[in-house]
Amino acid sequence: MALMSYAQAAATALAEAMRADRNVVALGEDLGRGGIFGQYRGLQQEFGAGRVIDTPISEATIMGAAVGMALAGLRPVVEMRVVDFALCAMDELVNQAAKNRYMFGGQGRVPLVARMPIGLWTASAAQHSQSLEAWFAHVPGLTVVAPSMPADNYGLLHSALESGDPVVYLEHKELWGFEGDVEPGVRVPLGAARIVRGGTDVTLVSWSKAMQTCVDAATELARAGISVEVIDLRTIWPWDRATVLGSAARTGALLVVHEAVQVGGFGAEIAATAAEETGCRVRRLGAPRIPSGYAKPLEDESRVTVAQVVAAARSLAAHNGG
Amino acid sequence: MPIRTEGDSAPAPAAARSDPPQASRLLALYRTMARIRAFENAAEIASQGGVQAWGLEASAKPALVRGPLHLSTGQEAVATGVCANLTREDLLTSTHRGHGHTLAKGADVNRMMAELFGKATGTNHGKGGSMHIADFSVGMLGANGVVAAGMPIAVGAAHALRIRGRPEIVACFFGDGAVNRGPFLEALNWAVVFKLPVLFVCEDNRISATTPTGPMTGGPGAAARAESLGVAAVLADGNDVEAVDAAAARLIGDVRAGEGPRLLHAVTYRFKGHVSVDPGTYRDATEVARALESDPLKLARDRLVARGVAAADIAAIDAAATAEIDAAQALAAAAPFPDAASAYTDVQNTGAGQWR
Repeated sequence: MALMSYAQAAATALAEAMRADRNVVALGEDLGRGGIFGQYRGLQQEFGAGRVIDTPISEATIMGAAVGMALAGLRPVVEMRVVDFALCAMDELVNQAAKNRYMFGGQGRVPLVARMPIGLWTASAAQHSQSLEAWFAHVPGLTVVAPSMPADNYGLLHSALESGDPVVYLEHKELWGFEGDVEPGVRVPLGAARIVRGGTDVTLVSWSKAMQTCVDAATELARAGISVEVIDLRTIWPWDRATVLGSAARTGALLVVHEAVQVGGFGAEIAATAAEETGCRVRRLGAPRIPSGYAKPLEDESRVTVAQVVAAARSLAAHNGG
Repeated sequence: MPIRTEGDSAPAPAAARSDPPQASRLLALYRTMARIRAFENAAEIASQGGVQAWGLEASAKPALVRGPLHLSTGQEAVATGVCANLTREDLLTSTHRGHGHTLAKGADVNRMMAELFGKATGTNHGKGGSMHIADFSVGMLGANGVVAAGMPIAVGAAHALRIRGRPEIVACFFGDGAVNRGPFLEALNWAVVFKLPVLFVCEDNRISATTPTGPMTGGPGAAARAESLGVAAVLADGNDVEAVDAAAARLIGDVRAGEGPRLLHAVTYRFKGHVSVDPGTYRDATEVARALESDPLKLARDRLVARGVAAADIAAIDAAATAEIDAAQALAAAAPFPDAASAYTDVQNTGAGQWR
């Protein structure tokens, strides 16, 4: 067991994967100096510039080249810097990486992991703050991952690299320095949620940095006598239906919380499915449909707060007779 | 790095008459072009009644080849001349107009035609059709429905070959329309920065879908843009298969020698509309008539005759190509469609079976 930051956990997993398989490479801007968040620190020194590749600012070709690399026998890790920049590589991700295996009838595979950090990053305004997991969950062929803590970032990155699929890997920009214990060698399976704390009155599902808000809210709700089962989804697609629907069936009430804009968010998919499958009451909580503003009072409007989560859970519990 | 022109450098017919190897190479090139032409002609006929487009009604008769069919009729010399200089193990990325590249790279015509027919026996098991024709077993990494999309994939494949210490190269076909998309710049720059083994081939048919490319393009075009990035470029007559062959041979020689990327700008003409049901009436009739006189097959035939090849021998090549494609169509017509259940296979490993 080692105490690591969220960034160190990812760098450690990638270094292990590169030692184990010489076909694993990483490419993107500024990787040689460790990546802009330190999530590649030390890798170019160990593996050389031929495998930890500094690239031009060419997002489309960073992603597209990774597709070609994968088809020609490598297992590339793609760095997009922030998810907002990955929008310059949408054809390469959505039409090429995701579709290749299917449209060519299974002749090729595109095992690549595209890291594209999401989330509000203090005072970074509209083009460096988005959470777009729902976009990628919508695309057949892609796996979508959003770890909330160091152990998951370590274990999920290993699993993503081993999956053989194109994986959209969404780390959160305000979690890089977040520390936690990491057990070397322990994989976290894709598609498996984690029950963070058990409860009986309301099921609370979240992922990425919003998990911390949810855990704080559950603690506060417990003091008020409301027992909340908190689930970290960890993988957005394929999402862990058994764990979520099983919990929702037990509690009869489901609240999904995410940092992304609520309209068309992945919370809608989970809430609708839970209502269809279990008949439970549902609520969603996400950001208003506004771009993230620079000034603090504007930015704060896009943040889901503990108070909002508590209020939403209370209203669900009240209707549930909890 | 001046832009060199290869169009005038083909051997003079008189000089070649006493040189059987030149006739035999041209015969082989001609055979490939004839097979592509036969494939395109047969596919075109089989597509009639297919899609509803350009104001045409879909005919009541069901088409055997459904959906958009982008024909490379008239452009055969480019695919043929380039691929004659590639090995089976070399890699190739293509465009939406990719039948010729696929066939010239060595794909099986029966499986290709079956793919156009949407059959389970097709190269892609019916999942891609004409626009995504591919045969990875001969290094043909796929036709692509998005203009310029093959270019980043090509440089990535070349990058992987370099990293893995492989001797193969990548040929990257794209059209004149692609030079106005960002991936053209990004991919050429990338290939220069990493000194990758790629031959970029601008297959310039002078039209972007239904709009002439010239007025839509600033500056002198593909070769000049390549040179500005440090990619040596050669301009060739894309209707002269020997000119394309000679230019490709030299450029691919440079690429194989580790000198980095090269670009071949081959100017040709698309005989047909954008898709098979597009009559292309927006084009000037005299321009089309002039282009038909530069038919690459006709040029090659005339040159073969001038070198002493019997007209009957040439006719036999044409007949063999037609017979081969007829047989491919019969096989394709008789083959089964894929099971509906296969719509759910080869999506992804993770979460397989979770379709909703």
